[in-house]
Amino acid sequence: MSVISVEHVRKSFSTLEVLQDISFSLNSGEVLSIIGPSGSGKSTLLRCITNLETVDSGTIVIGGDTLVTTGPDGTAVYADKGTITRIRLRVGLVFQNFNLFPHFSVLRNITEAQIHVLKTPRQEATERAYDLLAKMGLGDKAKAYPYQLSGGQQQRVSIARALALRPQVLCFDEPTSALDPELTGEILAVIRELATEHMTMMVVTHEMAFARDISDRVIFMDEGFIVEEGTPKQVFSDTKNERTRRFLSRFGS
Amino acid sequence: MGRLLTLMLGGTLTSLKIFFLTLLFALPLGLLVAKGRMSKHRIISSLVNGYIMIMRGTPLILQLIFVYFAPYYVFGASSDRFTAVIIAYAINYAAYFAEIYRGGIQSIPQGQLEASSVLGFTKVHTFTHIVMPQVVKRIMPAMGNEVITLVKDTALAQTIGVAELFRVAQNAAAREFSTMPIFVAGVFYFVMNAIVSKSFDLIERKLDYYK
Repeated sequence: MSVISVEHVRKSFSTLEVLQDISFSLNSGEVLSIIGPSGSGKSTLLRCITNLETVDSGTIVIGGDTLVTTGPDGTAVYADKGTITRIRLRVGLVFQNFNLFPHFSVLRNITEAQIHVLKTPRQEATERAYDLLAKMGLGDKAKAYPYQLSGGQQQRVSIARALALRPQVLCFDEPTSALDPELTGEILAVIRELATEHMTMMVVTHEMAFARDISDRVIFMDEGFIVEEGTPKQVFSDTKNERTRRFLSRFGS
Repeated sequence: MGRLLTLMLGGTLTSLKIFFLTLLFALPLGLLVAKGRMSKHRIISSLVNGYIMIMRGTPLILQLIFVYFAPYYVFGASSDRFTAVIIAYAINYAAYFAEIYRGGIQSIPQGQLEASSVLGFTKVHTFTHIVMPQVVKRIMPAMGNEVITLVKDTALAQTIGVAELFRVAQNAAAREFSTMPIFVAGVFYFVMNAIVSKSFDLIERKLDYYK
């Protein structure tokens, strides 16, 4: 069953077409990696799915509900506010720069949305937060503030924060790009663990080895197009596509 | 000397009333003005911008006279002096506060708003729980400056005949042919501002629990 389905999505920033006719779908339990050079539109695609950017035209369906579709005049028609509020929580997003709330403790970073958006009782929200922190290996950091944590720890908190809302899909926007190689390993290990639990995930990444290891499917994007889509083996080892080959050669893989 | 101090304490009380009432009205009004200034509606933002230009571009003493006398020419009646002072100060200080708020609000990284949006917070919750607490911390030094200026600006209220601290001191000086009361008033202002500075230090330290 597809959790996210994207059809013919287009998006441009003034004259620059960032997404040109993007179509793909993400199935439940699947891990999809999106790779490609900077400026290829990978992050914009994630941001359109999480409704941080609006599309110009095309259809995005999340968990069976339509977020946006193309109207009769060819422009995007978004769902009403209530529907958007309801379906946006189905997709969690982990940012490159974590974007934790600096004035909240780690615990409150994770409970705030549970309590105020999902209306989970405080007690239950706190328990869930502690469970998630334990899972992230941060059981002792609940009372700490983000600035007291390393980048890797902050990113794990932000993963916990996203998971706390029990999203159907968890999206990662270059989750390790702000981290040094050692801390990168920490985060990749967490994502890998989530993959073994069959969490549905979409990962925009520059970590090629990781993408090859972890993904069920890989999309290679360039200049707003999906150049190639397939299993890691198809894309990384057996690609016939000249552009893909050229991109991957830089990573020695 | 004892009588002089009693008189000056009375004047101080008036100055303090002006000070606190101005803050009471100007602090929230400034936030509203800041929101207007940042509005996406061109008409609202340029109107508010014009208001800020006038408030910051003309002397407070002139605005005070205007607020006190203009109603007389228009309606044939004036509000009482003290009310005029509070109105003039509130709308003047709101303009300065608004620009400080705006600076603070615009300094909050876009990522904070994006994280709030992805987590499903309402706009109101994002503003009151995510943005404003961080703004308050960032604007404290600038606010401290402005509030200290306000303590000294209360002396202008005498222009329309409100007997605040400085007017009382001047009257006493004229009566006693001595400049001493003026310098005593200086000490009073200094002490009030020492308290204001100290309070801001304390608040800043209280907000130091995060970076």
